[in-house]
Amino acid sequence: MKNQSVLANLDWITVLLFTTLVIMGWMNIYSSSLPNDSLGFDFEREYGKQLIFICLTIPLITVVLSIDAKFYEKYSFVLYGLGLLLLMGLFVFGKTVKGQTNWYGIGPFGLQPSEFVKTTTILLLAKFLSDAQVNLKNTKHQIIAFAIMGLPIVLIMLQPDAGSAMIFISLVLVLNREGLPEWYLWTGFFAVLLFFSSLFIQPIYILAVILLLIIFHFLKTKRAYRNPLVYLIVFIVASAFVLSVDFVYDNVLEPHQKDRINVLFDDTVDLKAEGYNLNQSMIAIGSGGWIGKGFLEGTQTKGGFVPEQHTDYIFTTVGEEWGFVGSTVVILIYVLLLFRILYLAEYQKTKFSRIYGYSVATILFTHFFVNIAMLIKLFPTIGVPLPFFSYGGSSLWAFTILLFIFLKLDSNKVNEW
Amino acid sequence: MRKYLLPSLITITSIILLVRLFYLQIIDDGYKLKSENNAIKIAYEYPERGYVYDRNEKLLIANQPSYDLMVIPNEVKGLDTLEFCKLVDISKEDFDRILQKAINHSRRLPSPFLTQLNRKDFAAFQEKIGKYKGFEIQKRNLRDYQVAVGANVFGYITQVNQGIIDNNPYYKSGDLIGKQGIEQEYEEVLRGQKGVKYYQRDKFNRIIGSYKNGIYDTIAKQGQDITLTLDIDLQKYGEELMINKRGGIVAIEPKTGEILALISAPTYDPALLVGRQRSKNYTALYNDSIAKPLFDRGLLAEYPPGSPFKILTALIGLQEEVIDEQTSFVCRHGFAYGNRFMKCHDSGTFSLNNGIYSSCNTYFANTYKKTIEKYPKPAYGVDAWSNHLKSFGLGDFMGYDLPPGKRGKVPTTKLYNKYYSAGGWRSTTIISNAIGQGEVLTTPIQLCNVMAAVANQGYYFTPHIIKKIKGGTIDPKFTTKHQTTIEKQHFQPVINGLYDVYNMGTASRLQVEGIEICGKTGTAENFTKIDGKRVQLQDHSIFVAFAPRENPKIAIAVFVENGYWGARIAGPIASLMIEKYLKGKITRTDLETKMFATSLESEYAKVLSGKPFTINN
Repeated sequence: MKNQSVLANLDWITVLLFTTLVIMGWMNIYSSSLPNDSLGFDFEREYGKQLIFICLTIPLITVVLSIDAKFYEKYSFVLYGLGLLLLMGLFVFGKTVKGQTNWYGIGPFGLQPSEFVKTTTILLLAKFLSDAQVNLKNTKHQIIAFAIMGLPIVLIMLQPDAGSAMIFISLVLVLNREGLPEWYLWTGFFAVLLFFSSLFIQPIYILAVILLLIIFHFLKTKRAYRNPLVYLIVFIVASAFVLSVDFVYDNVLEPHQKDRINVLFDDTVDLKAEGYNLNQSMIAIGSGGWIGKGFLEGTQTKGGFVPEQHTDYIFTTVGEEWGFVGSTVVILIYVLLLFRILYLAEYQKTKFSRIYGYSVATILFTHFFVNIAMLIKLFPTIGVPLPFFSYGGSSLWAFTILLFIFLKLDSNKVNEW
Repeated sequence: MRKYLLPSLITITSIILLVRLFYLQIIDDGYKLKSENNAIKIAYEYPERGYVYDRNEKLLIANQPSYDLMVIPNEVKGLDTLEFCKLVDISKEDFDRILQKAINHSRRLPSPFLTQLNRKDFAAFQEKIGKYKGFEIQKRNLRDYQVAVGANVFGYITQVNQGIIDNNPYYKSGDLIGKQGIEQEYEEVLRGQKGVKYYQRDKFNRIIGSYKNGIYDTIAKQGQDITLTLDIDLQKYGEELMINKRGGIVAIEPKTGEILALISAPTYDPALLVGRQRSKNYTALYNDSIAKPLFDRGLLAEYPPGSPFKILTALIGLQEEVIDEQTSFVCRHGFAYGNRFMKCHDSGTFSLNNGIYSSCNTYFANTYKKTIEKYPKPAYGVDAWSNHLKSFGLGDFMGYDLPPGKRGKVPTTKLYNKYYSAGGWRSTTIISNAIGQGEVLTTPIQLCNVMAAVANQGYYFTPHIIKKIKGGTIDPKFTTKHQTTIEKQHFQPVINGLYDVYNMGTASRLQVEGIEICGKTGTAENFTKIDGKRVQLQDHSIFVAFAPRENPKIAIAVFVENGYWGARIAGPIASLMIEKYLKGKITRTDLETKMFATSLESEYAKVLSGKPFTINN
């Protein structure tokens, strides 16, 4: 049976999980943006606007599913270029809010191109990696892959929006899946580890530990494979990195970025200033108990103690009003969705679809983890939305497009013989 | 293997998130509290404290509005301290001190800043206080005393201290609580139940509505009015008679155990402990360690009872059947025992009746000796004797409804074994007990209760100050009859003797026209220490009585410190009190004039003069 309709081949499990998250998200936006004296339904409020955004996803999905699956692969380069243009256009036409120029103002609404660029970037990345000629052991191909990721990162960093930029870095996981040498991941992992430990431990102790590890490794390695020069370079680079951490911390990081790191480790931060957001967020979540205070009953939510609660901090409403049980349910739905996407990805018949699916899962996972972890003091505060949940047309539509392109590709696999 | 990296990461990080959430939401309770502090504002509504009436429904204590300025240190923002100090009329130093104290209590809970402001004080800054963040006005009620007497009975109202706040969740900083007297004893009745309103507030500290539609809110419950057994006219009269004297008067209605008057001298005006000056006034009263105005002598002063105790010696002798009405003893100015001698002021042959009205020491020493020696061992005798005493409520707190109390002392075999070693003592060793000068100690209220039991011919009710609680009932223990161990028939002869005290005995000059009073004088030796030396002071003047003889309506005990013999000061005061209570007016104006004029201040000054002095002259 060929050429069955898209709807018949659509993965309805994913659609169901998507719909559940969107509805749950809206309920929490409703709770967090409901004014205390509200009488009727108000489309000027965030919950009203979000409802419009949600309704508009239906034509959006229709369009995404209607376009021929081949289009996404074929025109990925064009789409990527369009995305970069949109990012660059910001410097001319963009709206600056709180020091960041990451919006286009369109009437009362705003459009955040960086959300959509995630999709175009992974489309091109998937296209590039699916080429049979491409081998990530090859340095030239590595450079191209990193360039595809790197261009939007640079443009987004210039906005500056470090949070969104960081999301792109997670795409290293995709490259790793497609054969990037392991040491990239390990190096990245150790760099992060070294960075944070250097902030709190005297460099001399860290250098001593590095030296011991290198000597240990050297002695354990068979004589034939030993290259003293490699060990020396590793040690010098690591030492330079450790010694530069303080300099980077003091001179490169913005004050608010330092604060976001400090609040994680320092209990003496001012809870009325730099520690306010995290503290209020933890209070909201922590006071939820087993089953929460009930829908529309969250005192932290009602009192507006958590800033930007309907956007990046939306999960605090879940924590407060739905409690541990509700939080667990929401987390499990995300986990189910991610596993479903990964499962579908592994069964794709084309490499392009598989890599794209894997990238979708990576992007969604990174958002999901970073967003929730930053609310409960497990990760520095990085302003990224919770996919399908947070308030905002751009992010909702961008994630919807991201996901439904994959579902379109997936529904098309019956035709890929 | 690479395709498992992302699934593993998803699984591990999700578990980490769930564990962390579990810790925050379930294990760590701190966030719930923080959330409440954040978002819930508690406002209290203080009900009016119950009114207090006397037995004739005369209003004694009402309320007046008062305003407390409260501060929540965390919410004080952008304060122009100097301007503020000027407004509320305090110094910068006071401001810093009070604020620090508030911070020490709590940064986020309201603490009193300036308290007990009357309407006039408050009006001075009422308009402007609203603009100072972190300060709020709490309306409360203060006592408004309608009489200037009875301070020791009423007690007072004060702010709760940290100890009370820690131990009783009802009270918050700045709340008022009754201390001493009926205010303490009937605190929960009088105060009612404060109302609590929970408000939801937002991050700007604005109230945005009631919390959960008010399901946790409670309505203030009005304090209950109470009626005391006190006769305020009698109380006032007694306090006036005791001016310039120290001591205590207790008057009880024998039929019911109701306390008609409870006087402690010196005393003070209860209104001194209300308002902005209260603290200064209290300190002055508290620091007066010589006159001790806060010491309720009617309840707390333990004195040797002296001759009134002879009533009990006689009753126990009759009950133990070691004497009867006719038993007589010869007195030759005293009672010889061993090689010692107890002096007596008279001589002749004494039986029960003239023994009592002449207060013959010899008669009672013999009676007591026979009582103790009735038993094979003095120890058994003392046991029997002290059991009789205890049945009159001696040696015990008695359970009356006023906070302070003293047991007094009823010596037991154990005590004497300790003093003299077992078997090292006999009836004559402890013979002073016969005339109330031994180890026995009583408080005025205990002695008054003995008189009530005598008046009732064998029973008494626990003395109490509460007559009625509006909308409540009084403790049933106050309507439970306590039977003494003395049978009824033994009382009449003793009462006849007490009547003859007035008729022809030691109080014959204190008679009141038209009232048959039964009484007994007492004179008690007492000692103090001056510079470490035991010095005898002028005797205490003691008098106990009840009246009228038939169907007694009042029993009274009067103790006047260093007043010399019983009929000198305590006796006249008792007679005047009885007349005042029973007749409502005074015919013995000669006694009244004399008593008002009598001052013992020079006597009390002797002890402090540092010079040698003479007594009993």
